[in-house]
Amino acid sequence: MSKKEWPLWEVFIRGQHGLNHRHVGSLHAPDAEMAINHARDVYTRRKEGVSIWVVPSAQITASAPSEKGALFDPAESKVYRHPTFYDIPDEVGHM
Amino acid sequence: MVALDLDRQTLFDWLLRLGDNALILGHRTSEWCGHGPVLEEDIALANTALDLIGHCQMWYTLAAEIEGKARTADNLAYLRDAIQFKNVKLVELPNGDMGQTIMREFLFDAFHFELLTALTGSTDPKVAEIAAKAVKEVAYQLDRSSDLVVRLGDGTEESHRRMQAALDYLWPYVGEMFVADATDDALAEAGIAPRLAEIQTKWEAIVTDTLEEATLTRPDRRPDVHTGGKQGRHTEHLGYILAEMQFLQRAYPGAEW
Repeated sequence: MSKKEWPLWEVFIRGQHGLNHRHVGSLHAPDAEMAINHARDVYTRRKEGVSIWVVPSAQITASAPSEKGALFDPAESKVYRHPTFYDIPDEVGHM
Repeated sequence: MVALDLDRQTLFDWLLRLGDNALILGHRTSEWCGHGPVLEEDIALANTALDLIGHCQMWYTLAAEIEGKARTADNLAYLRDAIQFKNVKLVELPNGDMGQTIMREFLFDAFHFELLTALTGSTDPKVAEIAAKAVKEVAYQLDRSSDLVVRLGDGTEESHRRMQAALDYLWPYVGEMFVADATDDALAEAGIAPRLAEIQTKWEAIVTDTLEEATLTRPDRRPDVHTGGKQGRHTEHLGYILAEMQFLQRAYPGAEW
């Protein structure tokens, strides 16, 4: 290992009552095992979690802010894409 | 309840050993707060320190109750002098570098984990209860410290050298954890605590495996050179720790915030 900096990891925690893992932040660690340990120490000190995922930050592909217009603007003013024109029976419950 | 043939003073002394080991190592570990090599290790060490200080609070509260002289956990932590502290000398030694800090933590964690595991089966339900709570935290501490000993021991030439030097320096202190005196024997007789010889066998197994994986050489020297801490005879270092830790309560008795 010639590089001095440990690689960056993105941390996802599933909370006590949450259904999904949620992104909570990032940290440095030399490998996945230590990233989990560090995530436990840095992000679950107040009993926030029941499960931890770590992902190398370099593995995440993000959309470019400059393409924001092309990607997201077309969805504007298309209210018919929201399922608000239906009456949902009470028995269905949470959707 | 506590076995009737065991006198209060003996049980009190033994509880102080547990509490003092936790408090003094906790205080030493807390000295890294804000000085860790990386943010993640800094927080991990601060967590460890807080866990240990939490343990001492539980042991002191029980000790004070057994003593029955209206002292509190805070009294025991902040208003005793060095000779009344019953921790092993290993935990009061200075931190040294990160290697020495981690090696000391590992050597103590392996003992602490096996002792607490055995104490969960204590004949005294209050002791068993505290041990059950503390052992979960110590299991994580041992995972972490043994992992780091392997990584650093089997790491670079520099990290290997530092870990071996730390092991060689700390070795003559580790034996004290297993030297049983009349107090340890009385507690074992009463079934409250395990025989330290049993704990030593389990400690040896953890330490031998971990050192081998870490490519470190077990020192070929006696481990029980520096003893006496459990009886209140300490190194010069403990006085400095207490001076810093107890200053506020000594200067402003009863101060709270």
